[in-house]
Amino acid sequence: MNIRAQVSSVFHLDKCIGCHTCSVTCKNIWTDRKGAEYMWWNNVETKPGTGYPTRWEDQEHYRGGWDGEKQPLQLRSGGKGKGLLNLFHNPDLPSMDDYYEPWTYRYQDLFQAGQGSDQPVARSVSMVTGQPMDPQSGPNWDDDLGGSSLYAANDPSLEGLTPDERQQLFATERMAFFYLPRRCNHCLNAACVAGCPSGAIYKRGEDGVVLINQEKCRGWRMCVSACPYKKTYYNWTAGKSEKCISCYPRLESGEMPGCYASCVGRIRYMGVLLYDAAGIAATAGLPPQELAAAQRELILNPHDPAVIAQARRDGIPFPLLEAARQSPVYRFVKEWGLALPLHPEFRTLPMLFYVPPLLPVLAKVEGGVADMAQASFSSLEKARLPLRYLANLFAGGNEQEVEAVYRRLIAVRLQRRADSVGDLSAGEVEQAAAIVAPQVAREIYRMSALSSIKERIVVPPMAREMAIEAHTDPHEHRGANGFGARLAPARRW
Amino acid sequence: MSWIQDIIDPQARTWEDFYRNRHQHDRVVRSTHGVNCTGSCSWNVAVKDGIVAWEMQATDYPPLAGEIPPYEPRGCQRGASCSWYLYSPLRVKYPYLRGVLQDLWREARSQHDDPVDAWTSIVESPESRRAYQQARGKGGFRRIDWEEALEMIAVSTIYTIKKYGPDRVIGFSPIPAMSMLSYAAGSRFLQLLGGVNLSFYDWYCDLPNASPEIWGEQTDVAESADWYNSKFIAVMGANLGMTRTPDVHFLAEARHNGTKVAVLSPDLNMTSKYGDWWIPVHASQDGAFWMAVNHVILKEYHHEAPTPAFLDYVKRYTDSPFLIELEKRQDSWQPGRMVPAAKLTPYREVENGEFKFLVWDETSSAPRMPLGSLGFRWQERKGEWNLKMEDGLDGKPISPRLSFADENDEVLKVRFDDFAGTEKLLRSVPVRYVESDRGTIAVTTVYDLLMAQFGVARPGVAEGCARDFDDETAPYTPAWQEKYSGVGRDTVIRFAREWADTAQRTDGKCSIIIGAGINHWYHANLTYRAGIVALMLCGCVGKNGGGLNHYVGQEKLAPMAPWLTIAGALDWTRPPRFQNTPSFHYVHSDQWRYERAVDEEQLNPASHDGPLAGGHTMDHQVRAVKRGWLPFFPQFNRNSLDLAAAAQADGAKDAPAIVAWSVEQLKQKQLHFAVEDPDAPENWPRLWFIWRGNALSSSAKGQEYFFKHYLGTHSSAIAPETARDGVTEAVWREKAPEGKLDLVVDINFRMDTSALYSDLVLPTATWYEKDDLNTTDMHSFIHPLQAAVAPCWEARPDWDIFQDIARKVSELALVHLPEPILDVVAVPLQHDTPAEMAQREVRDWSRGECEPIPGKTMPGLVVVERNYVDLYQRMLSLGPGARENGLSMHGLTWSVQPEYDELLASRPVHQWDGQCYPSLERASDAANIIMHLAPETNGEVAYRAFVAEEKKVGLPLVDLAEKNRSVRTSFEDIARQPRRLLTSPCWTGISNDGRAYSAYCLNVERLVPWRTLTGRQHFYLDHQSYLAYGEHLPTYKPKLEAALLQDLVASEPEGRTIALNYLTPHGKWGIHSTYGDNHRMLTLSRGLHPLWINDRDAARIDLQDNDWVEVYNDHGVVMTRAVVSARIPEGIAFIYHAPERTVGVPKSPLRGGRGGSHNSLIRTRLKPNLMAGGYGQFTYGFNYWGPTGTNRDTFVLIRKLEGEPQW
Repeated sequence: MNIRAQVSSVFHLDKCIGCHTCSVTCKNIWTDRKGAEYMWWNNVETKPGTGYPTRWEDQEHYRGGWDGEKQPLQLRSGGKGKGLLNLFHNPDLPSMDDYYEPWTYRYQDLFQAGQGSDQPVARSVSMVTGQPMDPQSGPNWDDDLGGSSLYAANDPSLEGLTPDERQQLFATERMAFFYLPRRCNHCLNAACVAGCPSGAIYKRGEDGVVLINQEKCRGWRMCVSACPYKKTYYNWTAGKSEKCISCYPRLESGEMPGCYASCVGRIRYMGVLLYDAAGIAATAGLPPQELAAAQRELILNPHDPAVIAQARRDGIPFPLLEAARQSPVYRFVKEWGLALPLHPEFRTLPMLFYVPPLLPVLAKVEGGVADMAQASFSSLEKARLPLRYLANLFAGGNEQEVEAVYRRLIAVRLQRRADSVGDLSAGEVEQAAAIVAPQVAREIYRMSALSSIKERIVVPPMAREMAIEAHTDPHEHRGANGFGARLAPARRW
Repeated sequence: MSWIQDIIDPQARTWEDFYRNRHQHDRVVRSTHGVNCTGSCSWNVAVKDGIVAWEMQATDYPPLAGEIPPYEPRGCQRGASCSWYLYSPLRVKYPYLRGVLQDLWREARSQHDDPVDAWTSIVESPESRRAYQQARGKGGFRRIDWEEALEMIAVSTIYTIKKYGPDRVIGFSPIPAMSMLSYAAGSRFLQLLGGVNLSFYDWYCDLPNASPEIWGEQTDVAESADWYNSKFIAVMGANLGMTRTPDVHFLAEARHNGTKVAVLSPDLNMTSKYGDWWIPVHASQDGAFWMAVNHVILKEYHHEAPTPAFLDYVKRYTDSPFLIELEKRQDSWQPGRMVPAAKLTPYREVENGEFKFLVWDETSSAPRMPLGSLGFRWQERKGEWNLKMEDGLDGKPISPRLSFADENDEVLKVRFDDFAGTEKLLRSVPVRYVESDRGTIAVTTVYDLLMAQFGVARPGVAEGCARDFDDETAPYTPAWQEKYSGVGRDTVIRFAREWADTAQRTDGKCSIIIGAGINHWYHANLTYRAGIVALMLCGCVGKNGGGLNHYVGQEKLAPMAPWLTIAGALDWTRPPRFQNTPSFHYVHSDQWRYERAVDEEQLNPASHDGPLAGGHTMDHQVRAVKRGWLPFFPQFNRNSLDLAAAAQADGAKDAPAIVAWSVEQLKQKQLHFAVEDPDAPENWPRLWFIWRGNALSSSAKGQEYFFKHYLGTHSSAIAPETARDGVTEAVWREKAPEGKLDLVVDINFRMDTSALYSDLVLPTATWYEKDDLNTTDMHSFIHPLQAAVAPCWEARPDWDIFQDIARKVSELALVHLPEPILDVVAVPLQHDTPAEMAQREVRDWSRGECEPIPGKTMPGLVVVERNYVDLYQRMLSLGPGARENGLSMHGLTWSVQPEYDELLASRPVHQWDGQCYPSLERASDAANIIMHLAPETNGEVAYRAFVAEEKKVGLPLVDLAEKNRSVRTSFEDIARQPRRLLTSPCWTGISNDGRAYSAYCLNVERLVPWRTLTGRQHFYLDHQSYLAYGEHLPTYKPKLEAALLQDLVASEPEGRTIALNYLTPHGKWGIHSTYGDNHRMLTLSRGLHPLWINDRDAARIDLQDNDWVEVYNDHGVVMTRAVVSARIPEGIAFIYHAPERTVGVPKSPLRGGRGGSHNSLIRTRLKPNLMAGGYGQFTYGFNYWGPTGTNRDTFVLIRKLEGEPQW
């Protein structure tokens, strides 16, 4: 047993609007500068769809994550040894086209155009070359694009769907789509850390945040190819790789990360999870279908006195344990079994979990007339998205895992309907209560619907004074903090 | 796991300061976004090094009471991208003037001592005029200094006032609620000088006419938190995920609380995702669906198993028990007017008896006259305007009978309209015979007419009704609607049953969230009504969790009364000149000239022939103005100042004499309404101020006609002028004028399309650079805008800019308009005034059908005094009118004398001419004045307003204000934390004690009447125009046929082309045109605003996703790229509202020039019966009533662009 603490997350996809406020907030604060134009540390994808960079989930192509065929696990991209051999030619890197060529517009032409014979216009120009360009792809090109033969049809997670199920996804009345917000998962078994030839990437002990040291990074980009989620990015101006930092400067000040604070769908939950680091290797090597459950097993009960005692022995401070007990993430993932990791088969043990979306009842279409009167409420039996697809996304193909989550989500809803309207049969209510006990259903409902931002996002105390004390007297630091030159984020070597 | 490094050396982590330094900032200021967006989200703006670095949502909204999710956080992707504008290359940093005009101006200035003479020499020279007008929109801007810009504006203002009259100076600024002071700055200036403010809500086609029709209310809705209280939410025409981004969590969360959500939408949209049901209804056919839902509800829950709560509700709160006279017309009976009490002997002498109406009392088995109708509202004796079911004559309780089905004198065969079918329907209706002043008349109830209209067969009254739900031939059955809506009958039936069951179990917690996707259609009022009928039938209006929630465009300006006083300059002069924009642009931008009467009249089928229906829309428009139904400016073909002077010269000594003289002139046809000859140069609008808005693009329906006729520049419209032979009421001039406007001034912080096409662009402060106030109907808080940084470069807040312009005008007036001068102002018959009783019968004085009587048979005429020298001082001073007249709203007036005096004592004052006034000089002071005088923010004022309301209504109400009496909310307070608005008689909800605001709770719980004819909610609309057009009962009119729309008369298919219905729903990457041109939103979308098309439709023209397309029709052309998806059904295409034509738009090979905006493909179309006026709730109110600028019934041709786009 080796207990560590990590600031972890749940995204409740049923509530996600796909508004991208998270992405814009992040961009405003962190990546609105030269070399970082194309980076979206946080992005939102429409599913089914191909995402950003395009088809990032296709590891046959990008070779990210860990190879489950080999024990002990090895990076698909070949690990450090192979990485070093390929330092100057990394065939697995996404190209600029896979992301997109960042562009802007010659807005100033609207002011500066001389008197002419037609209306002036601000043309699009490349932010890389400065030349006029006609954008062909972007970080969200397939937004809201269910039913597209170009994008939705090329979603790697459609694998295994029957031809009928596939066809349904491209019929106007029967199709579906939902949103998948993505950021760095701050994985337990992070491939980027393993892939870095410079040893520049590390996982912070106090909060599990994975960081790329901007002084040590030499821009080899092995982290870019190693990360199966494509959540590290190469800054082509600074010559270093960068990634989501979980807004640690905000966390350290007791403030929630930007994308959480700005999540207007109120889908984001954050809190501390305790886990057993000793179990990582064994867990990550299990067959794909067992991974979601096994990862859940790694997470420890912060209320268990034995866990608390061991955690103290492993150096986890009391306030952090207190925060772990308040963690909504623990409840969603462990207590309630409602949240699953994204693509556990990549074996990085991602610490961001998703509650899958309920979607409308599937319509029956006959003679141009659509009918959905077979069911009143979203149900599994009349579900719009095949379970197979959701299982491919969230459970390494294990449909039972996903089905169990849906059964519970629906059971909570039906109990609330029964309580607030009372138009369900006694049998239906009993059945729902058997799946989720009424008291638990009420707690799930409260957390899903009523919780305030402080209940949803529990930022643990970070004990900065102790961290600073390791190199400077905090009393001294207090007065000197911030003095000195700030360096522009530009290439310095 | 050796590669997971535990870094021991703390020095190795000091680099982490890299990101910490970026994040550290110096100041956080609360502000919000001040135009278009109605989200009213509180934002924290972070300032670093004196530069706005980013914005982040505030999360400190005080919670509502009870089990309801909190409001935090509010704010979306668009708002989060606002800070991009401040320092961007799109920012207007300095005043700009087009070089051609500058050269002309400087030349003229050098030749004329007087600047007004200089201006005259330019605008009155056809050559100069053409030179700078044709240069509009074609580049050539030059930076100029503020003083030069201000002088030119003031000169043009003075010139226009003197030469043509002040009502040729117009201003457009939309939806004030979001930055109400910035709006008020310009409107106050315009109203002080006698200029014209153009409306927006109706023009945007956001005004849901059904709301004034049914409730006499512009719009009142629940705050979004109240969605959570609803147990069945039907969403239609509203894409909440896209457009109500900060609120949609309440929908998702309500579902988690067991609420059923049904989304009606032709495309699988962002909101369908939240639905239990996504009902893929055919575009615009939701009305057919709801008509059938109503059929099921009436049959099963009213007739077969009557639900006591539903029957009780419709009796108490709707017009359903009121008596309607059946009229014999040709061979058949038809529903006619509501029976006025004065027609019956017992009530003959009653005051306003023509406007008090009758129900059938079960106890006395006779017609009785319940309290609360219009006549009680405006009678001498106060306190009888309430919803108590008591007789107005003797106070006896009335037990109204809903139906005569069981007890009648006869069952008559009555004709009903079936606008989708070919034949009139004959259905049986039970009647009682009543002795009236015209002998025996047959009367029935509204309820019986409803049953018959919906075809519900009842014993004894079954003839002509539907056999059963599967009867496809009977209008409004579930089977009937399938062919229109594309929705299965089983779905309709189950929907209706679940709806009614839920309402029954929860006391009315069913709601409809509705929006532009319905309201932008020509027959939107009918679709709305069909939905509202389902709400009323199940007792859902006026309940928390129930009702119609329309969130488009209006957006509640909560402290309305004091704001309107300032914005309308009512503290100095009244009435203001407020113009309904749909009529204005329809007429002045000459869109009427392209409309063919024979086509138009088929679009709106009439119930029967008669003078009130049919003919060219322009004729309806002209008649509506002459009758006083709608305003129109310019008023007359003469300068309104000259008119008063001429009257005086002719011996008119006082105001009544000037009015009488003017009426005589009209009667003698010596004076004409300008609307009768809009293309005559003396009737053109001349000077246009645009601020806070995009009047020449996102607000320019028929953009290419704007360019041609207003601006006189290039246009890609090719439509033939077809009105000539159809118009009888207006003068047809062979050559339509091009370039009516002398000067267009745009006040803007971004170089948008309006700025690009204006003559003069003034740099304004962004929303992070000024102080202002912001409210909405989406929630119940009031927010500040605040300057996080001072206005950048040479920008100034609108508040200050209009003061500067006023100063300059007053300076020039010393020479040009030195004396106070009289002005004759025309006012239409207004809602919430006794003019609601002006016209029981429609008569036309100009045809000699009656006398022209101002304020009765024609517009009111009011003589006011203008003082141009004092205009600047008045701008800055809250005038004595506020103290003397008190504040008014909805016909309710209360004093604010103590508060006015408190302002003088405790807040900054402005002194001039020996007098002292509360100062409006600084925006933050004005904000405090508004908040100190508003019932919504000052508890004592709320109390006083409720005292006044109590007197009118005659029932206790002040208890609603008692607890909050000590509340005073100031600008400083809301800078600290959002504050909740107080319950106020100006609105219809009750929000005390943390209760969520829901509309009409005040009416239902406290028996305050709705402001309608009966004082109740109306199923039945008996305005003669409505009877003529067959819209007296809820009904269905079919989708407009493409062949009649005149979109494709001159346009030919070019190569492989497809014709599709062209829709412009509100989009994801902009709020109207704001944000849609910024780098963030363009990057997250496709770098432009694409055309969305179904995959099968795309295949028909060999179109792939991402291909460039040319989209065109007679009105104009759009160049964009295609997004191909099965998400969009066949037959329709989307371009989300509202792209700029300034960013990423290539040229059109077909039309030659630059592609247009989405509004290039549109010609607006007015629905004539929405011009109805002079009677009850059918009386004019600014943004409140009138035809809307419909735009969705439009067809376009689409073809793939061959080769590379040309720039």
